[in-house]
Amino acid sequence: MKAAALKAGRGILWYLKQSTGEAKWDEYLERCRNDGVEPTSRRDFERHRAEHNEKNPRARCC
Amino acid sequence: MSTVTSSGQTGRALTPPEQPKPKMTRKSIAVWGSVAVVGAVCWTVLALARGENVSALWILFAALSSYAIAYRFYSRFIAYKVLGVDNTRATPAERLQNGVDYDVTDRRVLFGHHFAAIAGAGPLVGPVLAAQMGYLPGTIWIIVGVIFAGAVQDMVVLFFSMRRNGKSLGQMIREEIGTIGGVAALIAVFAIMIIILAVLALVVVNALAGSPWGVFSIGLTIPIALFMGFYLRYLRPGRVMEVTVIGVALLLAAIIGGNYVGQMGLADVLTLSPNALVLALVVYGFVASILPVWMLLAPRDYLSTFMKVGVIALLAVGLVIARPMLESPAISDFAISGHGPVFAGKLFPFVFITIACGALSGFHSLIASGTTPKMIGKESQVRMIGYGGMLMESFVAISALIAASVINQGIYYAINSPSGATGGTPAAAAQFIGTLGMTITPADLAAAAQSIHETTLISRTGGAPTLAFGISLIFSKAFGGGLAAFWYHFAIMFEALFILTAVDAGTRVGRFMLQDTIGNVWPKYADVSWKPAAWSASAAVVGLWGYMLWVGVNDPLGGIHQLLPLFGIANQLLAAIALALCVTLLIKHGKLKYAWVAGIPLAWDLIITMTASWQKVFSGDPKIGFFSQRNLYQSALDQGNLLKPAKSLDEMNLIITNATVDGVLQALFALLTLTVIFSAIPVWIKAAKLGGLPTSEVPHVPSHIVAPADFFATADEKQAVREYEAIERELAAAERELAGSGRPR
Repeated sequence: MKAAALKAGRGILWYLKQSTGEAKWDEYLERCRNDGVEPTSRRDFERHRAEHNEKNPRARCC
Repeated sequence: MSTVTSSGQTGRALTPPEQPKPKMTRKSIAVWGSVAVVGAVCWTVLALARGENVSALWILFAALSSYAIAYRFYSRFIAYKVLGVDNTRATPAERLQNGVDYDVTDRRVLFGHHFAAIAGAGPLVGPVLAAQMGYLPGTIWIIVGVIFAGAVQDMVVLFFSMRRNGKSLGQMIREEIGTIGGVAALIAVFAIMIIILAVLALVVVNALAGSPWGVFSIGLTIPIALFMGFYLRYLRPGRVMEVTVIGVALLLAAIIGGNYVGQMGLADVLTLSPNALVLALVVYGFVASILPVWMLLAPRDYLSTFMKVGVIALLAVGLVIARPMLESPAISDFAISGHGPVFAGKLFPFVFITIACGALSGFHSLIASGTTPKMIGKESQVRMIGYGGMLMESFVAISALIAASVINQGIYYAINSPSGATGGTPAAAAQFIGTLGMTITPADLAAAAQSIHETTLISRTGGAPTLAFGISLIFSKAFGGGLAAFWYHFAIMFEALFILTAVDAGTRVGRFMLQDTIGNVWPKYADVSWKPAAWSASAAVVGLWGYMLWVGVNDPLGGIHQLLPLFGIANQLLAAIALALCVTLLIKHGKLKYAWVAGIPLAWDLIITMTASWQKVFSGDPKIGFFSQRNLYQSALDQGNLLKPAKSLDEMNLIITNATVDGVLQALFALLTLTVIFSAIPVWIKAAKLGGLPTSEVPHVPSHIVAPADFFATADEKQAVREYEAIERELAAAERELAGSGRPR
């Protein structure tokens, strides 16, 4: 029971992280680790992503 | 069902090598048999019950069982037989992965993104107004429409765009049908977007005018969003979840705080006239579209998405707990006479026009050919994202229809009839409701407004107040606690939040479209970071929808009454354009025998939109036809007479101008759509004769990704994913060893 609840909780957290794009940072860190590269600061990383959104507006439907 | 293949397999371009045979085990036959029985029982009750107490749950379960069966059988047929989704073929996300536009995204996450992009206030507004026809016509159209038209359009456009690296609808039409069709489609998309923005903004204005509580809560969403934007930018970059939790808490505080505007001495300041709100929205729309996205648009989008999902889930739970009874008749007299006070016109074609989003929404084709196709990991996932996403929107529409149908009919018509009819006071409104053949006392109307702490509910047209009132009834019954006023403003807030998000995002998209188009002749103008271009294009877009909004707010005949049909027809005409592209591509791919899958919804959509357009342009009935309305008021004006509901010569002139503008726009939309259709027909004939034509489809490249196809992975799929991930890990490790450390990626 407890294990199932824990699993569900982890699943929800995973889903939220993915949906909000927070997981992108974790994925980036993982890539840097694998490639043995020094990651940039989170601030710069998020700036870079915001820069992209600026030029690519997403329509919201009615 | 197994749709997973091992990597490296090759397949043919058009017919997939593996078409899963429907292996129906005994257990699955039993399960689907019971779903079918539940559906059949619900539909029978809905069809036969008349003039007695009918529970709203019959509608809910008729919808859910129909969706389940359609998803399981029809969408599968379209995916594997008609489109031939091919999991051996790499998607653009896999081939062009760059972590930004092209990005393989988990199917369930992408489903959430796609749903948040397609669903907004549309499926909430249309069904509420269509409840004028009774609950049955709307229910049937929402469910049958989504299964055979709306979800099909979304999925097929998504598939074809995915096969073309995520090209936009306009680009595909230009390449696959021709330049004339492409230009007509581009103009139509732009014009339709303007109308949609104006109508959505009108819904907000009508919901907030004279409501200090509403203005207070909605107004506070702007500083809340700004705070979130700065938080993410400077304080704690990237922590979207925590800032969303803070934002939602502030939002709820803003709703609760609205109840105390009187005590704070703000009631007078915040009681805004419709025209003041128009000005506020126009200024807001302009500023929002030129501010950096991170500051206002992105955080507002987080809030809006969170509220959207939360409220829809709450509404589903609330309905099941409250089990409300339907107050509306199955089919009302207005459906037959065509003279209902909410909007004019008979059941055919106007119920199909009024309910666009939720049944068939052309605007979705822009989303399905935008970001989503660039993020799909496996081809088979177009089914759950395209078809499944639209079914979910349809469910929202059904919930809205139920919320409107559980309201006392006298109150429903008092809220939704234009002020020219109700006179704006409880006494006059009660008298007017009497002429419709229903009874309600002025005291009842006053009490209804009192129950949700509003000064009046009379002629609060636009759909939002009705929906919010219905939701407050359902939630009060389900969750108790005498919180009707809180729930009402909660619902208004969430609807306004969607709409404002759609308005600022839409203005921005419109600005980019305009810059891109003008950029064809003046390249410098297409530079999105060049301020003069950005500012002037934003001003043009805001000016266009702002004008339509102002017209809608000041029209003595009632803006929603006039503009909603235009909005619905425009959205459905865009669907006709999208479906025409689907038919074209099916025939060009040599699938003439399956062209009916998009052809039948296209034919039906053309019948309803062209009938409605014809009536709106040429009908001799001034309640329906824009030009006969114009002539009626013009000839009265020529003789120096005032015609109700106009109270002055200015209002007479306003009606004449509006009717002319609306009539011209209506005719323009229909002509643009016909241009696309008529330029497609020769392509159909040629392709049918030759058994197919070359298209701009990207050739087959083998896919290596392994991922499940559906919401829930099967055991086989899970096993295949595990094996794939193990191989991936080994490969990555081997690569690291080979390359040594420190190699930049």
